[in-house]
Amino acid sequence: MLSEQALAEIARERAKYPEDRAQSALLAALRIAQEDQGFLTTEVMDYIALLLGIEPIRAYEVATFYSMYDLQPVGRHKICVCGSVSCFLRDSDRIIAHLEDQLGIKVGETTPDGLFTLQEVECLGACLGAPMMQVGDRYYEDLTKDRVNGILAALREGGDDVG
Amino acid sequence: MWVNGVTLQNRGLEDSHRLAVYEASGGYRTLREVLLRPVAPEQIITEMKKSGLRGRGGAGFPTGLKWSFMPKGVTGTKYLLCNADEGEPGTCKDRDIMRYDPHRLIEGMLIGAYAMGARAGYIYIRGEFVEPIQLVEAALAEAYQAGLLGNHILGTGFSFDLYVHRGAGAYICGEETALMESIEGKKGQPRFKPPFPASYGLYGQPTTINNVETFASVPDIISKGGDWFLRLGKPNNGGTKIFSVTGHVQRPGNYEVPMGTPFKDLLAMAGGLFPERKLKAVIPGGTSTPMVAGEVMMDTTMDYDAISKAGSALGAGSVIVIDDSVCMVKTVERIARFYMHESCGQCTPCREGMGWLWRVMHRIEHGQGREEDLQLLLDVGARIEGRTICALADGGVAPVVSSIRLFRSEYEYHIQHKRCLVTMGAG
Ligand SMILES: Cc1cc2nc3c(=O)[nH]c(=O)nc-3n(C[C@H](O)[C@H](O)[C@H](O)COP(=O)(O)O)c2cc1C
Ligand code: SF4
Ligand code: FES
Repeated sequence: MLSEQALAEIARERAKYPEDRAQSALLAALRIAQEDQGFLTTEVMDYIALLLGIEPIRAYEVATFYSMYDLQPVGRHKICVCGSVSCFLRDSDRIIAHLEDQLGIKVGETTPDGLFTLQEVECLGACLGAPMMQVGDRYYEDLTKDRVNGILAALREGGDDVG
Repeated sequence: MWVNGVTLQNRGLEDSHRLAVYEASGGYRTLREVLLRPVAPEQIITEMKKSGLRGRGGAGFPTGLKWSFMPKGVTGTKYLLCNADEGEPGTCKDRDIMRYDPHRLIEGMLIGAYAMGARAGYIYIRGEFVEPIQLVEAALAEAYQAGLLGNHILGTGFSFDLYVHRGAGAYICGEETALMESIEGKKGQPRFKPPFPASYGLYGQPTTINNVETFASVPDIISKGGDWFLRLGKPNNGGTKIFSVTGHVQRPGNYEVPMGTPFKDLLAMAGGLFPERKLKAVIPGGTSTPMVAGEVMMDTTMDYDAISKAGSALGAGSVIVIDDSVCMVKTVERIARFYMHESCGQCTPCREGMGWLWRVMHRIEHGQGREEDLQLLLDVGARIEGRTICALADGGVAPVVSSIRLFRSEYEYHIQHKRCLVTMGAG
């Protein structure tokens, strides 16, 4: 169900924890499965539970508790823009409105071409770079409308990790 | 003044995250001295107590005292955990320590593990911090390779294994027992205390947990002495501390300054306010700490005692500066949303109360406030405080109640005129 590479990565995570504590690798295993599959289906979660030898309910509980797991398909680029107070004070609302405008979608939606999902999230721990957003693995700080335009253009041109 | 001299001292060096650079600047010398001389574990705890270092994660508990609680002579593994979940709005210092100086954190943990007899540890890093995670993982690999982690460290009888555990998006996992649940692969829901982690922590074993900045302060405290660190600050408020200054300042950033530094000097370091603006309020320690009026803050120094005298708390040193261009109701509504979103849902007063606070704030902000709403907010707050398993709920009450006390007329204007007293300008 998962790629060889994903399975190897899960095995590496599993080795961090004591012999009798397989469940400790659950957070990592779900993340790796999600990176491999795009989002978490019930089948994938059941598979992870089987792999770690735990009850499937444990996997569902964790997958629904933590905000980074996607239980529904998302766009190729998930844009998480911070709206918490330090960013708010630096006009994040204007950046969020601009993103909605440029993408033609509202917060919580995915563009029809499946390229972008836009989410407003709480503090990402980079408040001195406010306003800021995360796309994929990367943080983009000190955002302006121009900078947002540049980032979106580069992502549209096929980049995955653009400066 | 001793500025950026302890946990941020290497930030300006090229490749400061690499082992070679850290060692060239004196890194791991303290660990070698401790293990090879060797220094007795009790001696380390004594120095930590002398230093006056208090936990930098928010609660400010004396670190040396905490370390002394770790039981001796137990069977089974003792654990040492590092809290790098950094998620309270305004808090953004641990990320810089991990990006610029991960080895300082590792050395601090190694010295702590030796002093407390811990055999294994985890650094719990919030899942969104991909870059810091990669840098810390790379630093751990370097340290293993150099014989600084693993079995028989530097050829001695001391062994310690250290790993990164990556979070998955939940502020509550910064609460120490929720963090342990999360490492066990469960939902991050805080445990009842007691039992405290020193007797029943990760996997039910004796455990000590400290913040990133706390651990990163350890190598210099041990090499230069507890008295040295204490004297950098003031009695009961030892050392220097990173203040993350964000919001309405011209140069937001992390500034590591002596405890007791006047707030106005810190504000100047951060570039001061924008032209033509007036200081309205400051949240001195992260959103869980009460707001302080601007003019009171201008006469306050940055240390635990002075800030508590000003009616707030130093928290994690997350200084959020708010000027007169912004509506206080809207600002606090945004803060209230955070707590509603992040409640883990275990305790009824928190699960229901955080939602209540936000909904009432929201309707006031949107011109649907009622006369009785301010009293309602205060009543709801009073019914939450002190009645929950963890401190998240009290943290959510603090900004609401403190801002009503300080800016009551602004709230009343909102309710009576169905609109805002302040026209929002650019930030
Ligand atoms: C809701 C909540 C969130 C917390 N988040 C963090 C955090 O992100 N980082 C942190 O170091 N401490 C956090 N704490 C404090 C920890 O529970 C704990 O006191 C701290 O990690 C101990 O380390 P220290 O003594 O070095 O400060 C949080 C506490 C609460 C109640
Ligand atoms: S106070 Fe809130 S966050 Fe803390 S345990 Fe209770 S419900 Fe969870
Ligand atoms: S408030 Fe936006 S990153 Fe912290």
